Amino acid sequence: MDSALAVHRLHFAFTITFHYLFPQLTMGLALLIVILKTAALRTGDEHYNQAARFWVKIFAINFAMGVVTGIPMEFQFGTNWSRFSKAAGGVIGQTLAMEGVYSFFLESTFLGLFVFGEKRLSPFMHWLSSVLVCAGSWLSGFFIIATDAWMQHPTAYKIGPNGQVLLESFWGLLLNPWILWQYLHNMIGAVVTGSIVMASIGAYYLLAGRFVEHARIFVRIGVVAGTVATLAMIFPTGDGQGRMIAEHQPVTLAAMEGLFDTTEGAPIALIGQPDTDKMALDNPIVVPNVLSFLTYQRWEAKVKGLKDFPRDQWPDNIPLLYYSYHIMVGIGTMLIALMLACAWWMWRKRLYRNRPLLWALMLALPFPYIATTAGWMTAELGRQPWLVYGVMRTADGVSSRVSAANGLFTLIGFMGLYMILGILFLFLVHREIDHGPAPSAGAAV
Amino acid sequence: MITTVWFCLVAIMIVGYVVLDGFDLGAGIIHLFVARTDQERRQVLRSIGPVWDGNEVWLLAAGGTLYFAFPALYAAAFSGFYLALMLVLWLLILRGISIELRSHIESPLWRPFWDLVFGGSSALLALLYGAALGNVVRGVPLDADGFFFLPLWTNLQPGREAGIVDWYTLLVGGTSFVALAIHGCSWIVLKTGGDLQERARAFGQKCWWALVAFTAAITFFSFRLQPNLNTQFEVRPWGYVFPLLVVLALAGMYVWSERRRDLATFLASCLYLVGMLTSATFGVYPYVLPSNVDPEAALTISNAAAAPYGLYVGLAWWIPGMLLAGIYSVFVYRHFAGKVSD
Repeated sequence: MDSALAVHRLHFAFTITFHYLFPQLTMGLALLIVILKTAALRTGDEHYNQAARFWVKIFAINFAMGVVTGIPMEFQFGTNWSRFSKAAGGVIGQTLAMEGVYSFFLESTFLGLFVFGEKRLSPFMHWLSSVLVCAGSWLSGFFIIATDAWMQHPTAYKIGPNGQVLLESFWGLLLNPWILWQYLHNMIGAVVTGSIVMASIGAYYLLAGRFVEHARIFVRIGVVAGTVATLAMIFPTGDGQGRMIAEHQPVTLAAMEGLFDTTEGAPIALIGQPDTDKMALDNPIVVPNVLSFLTYQRWEAKVKGLKDFPRDQWPDNIPLLYYSYHIMVGIGTMLIALMLACAWWMWRKRLYRNRPLLWALMLALPFPYIATTAGWMTAELGRQPWLVYGVMRTADGVSSRVSAANGLFTLIGFMGLYMILGILFLFLVHREIDHGPAPSAGAAV
Repeated sequence: MITTVWFCLVAIMIVGYVVLDGFDLGAGIIHLFVARTDQERRQVLRSIGPVWDGNEVWLLAAGGTLYFAFPALYAAAFSGFYLALMLVLWLLILRGISIELRSHIESPLWRPFWDLVFGGSSALLALLYGAALGNVVRGVPLDADGFFFLPLWTNLQPGREAGIVDWYTLLVGGTSFVALAIHGCSWIVLKTGGDLQERARAFGQKCWWALVAFTAAITFFSFRLQPNLNTQFEVRPWGYVFPLLVVLALAGMYVWSERRRDLATFLASCLYLVGMLTSATFGVYPYVLPSNVDPEAALTISNAAAAPYGLYVGLAWWIPGMLLAGIYSVFVYRHFAGKVSD
């Protein structure tokens, strides 16, 4: 049973991690494409339309990947997590079904019009399609976050006579206080990915001396949006999310920070390796009192350490949780520094000639993906050992009749298939980047 | 009462999915046979290009609706048909990328390869969907907890030891394959012209005879395997209207195809799918997943449904949401109405 549980967990973790590489770009890029289309509509500068068409091609490839890897996510609730689905489907089925009904139809309809209809639609209608695609994808994000928020911080439910989780208030589900910061943090994270990818491709073109006019648009929009978004990741959204965790999942906070002893004026660990046997942080480099301040806004506040929580409440992989969290924060901080530097040089009108900075910007491309993935790992590992926090343990939600062998069979199948998908994706995106936003290109795709 | 309403709504969603995604699956099945040149294959793909993704959303929306209205059914069926559903997922992935990626590169190796993937995955999906329906009609070995697990196949007999694939479910799969092939033909006929249209029309007409034979066979065997079908049609004889739709649709497909009434033929093909699926859902009601071992263990609309509060609330957002979705669909189909250009 234990090994079946591990296989099913890895099955979901692997497929969701791969899946979310794509929506984080499309949700962020959707907003930036709206900005490009708006600029085109307002200025009449054809460069903006060409830039939009180029990004729509990248968007379309990512969107297709997101769709095909997204379907398995919905299925896996039933296939691999059937006892969870049976118990809680009446609650989270609401938000998952609403995602299908309210956002997927919107998104797919207007994406079809947006990608295939530029010649047939008026400029205004084409702009409107881009807005509706963006709205659909952001709405989709909302319903998924609402689902996850309920698993992190279940509200508006009661337990039925046969152990079923029953929905008690529809608005309580949709207005779960956990949603606000998690949604903003996640969506702004998508904007970070979108803007840094845009700026990074722009930097590549500038360094290579190709498509210079378009590249400046990419870098300008990417750096401005990226500066705002990376800052908003730390404050207020990251801060707000952190306080929710401190209040409702204090054991998770202690594990994320590698805090074993309850401490007044708790330090924040920059580097160190949590050793759960010795119950200590090895090789620590810490800044005193900062954790207390960030959590309670008082330098001397008491923060509860892991030792003061029963061991069966501890997240079951504390080192991985700790590293995920630290990687997220570390990369986030470095991206803020990079964006501020770029914004400064742009303001001084010298960014386009600053080759070292353009190099850094180009090489930044993978990092928002890593930070976002690490952020989600923090959220979901931090929820352990619960599937629904405080209500259902992960071990109790797995499909009891699907053996480890069958789970492993399909996990290996997904790994092989996704490897091929990944290679095809990189190949196609590379071709589009190589082809570039050529002025001669006709309608998109 | 509310559970019966949701039973019907879920059935409508599934029928909507099959009718809509059915024609692009069908186009995939037949395009290897009727579209010979690269230009003809591009025409086929262009006829479904703007809509196939939206059609597939019906699967997600239907799945989501099933999930929240009948969570115990979703949990049991999805884990019980685990291997078949994973195959469905892999095929959907391969099919999706073959449609999206084919046109990116002009190469004598690249395009025929993706055409083959598109055709093969569409064909297997049609078979698997049919087999899934066959499993629901035949029943599955549910245990006292309301779960089961079926291997892909065992001895190919639809008895107590049956796997997902047995001769009966294979027969239903075959019916689905032929029905969707015809559905795809009638779509291609509607959306294209010239040689491609003629070949699609002729291919559909040939398949029609096979469809009649398959339909007769599965009707005969379904009544023998699932006693609830007899009960249902005896207790509620008005239900004969559903099989009547099938008969009318088959006649319509034949006559209108001969007379080159292309839109009417396509609609008749839609009606056939509606008739078959409603007959099957009517026939298993009030079960949602019958048991082929112990009738007491079967999942019904009452023991598989979510609590009434959620179901009533669901109506409040589902109805306006699906009306909106219907408006988008009409909008996009009207926008891309008419024949695709070369």
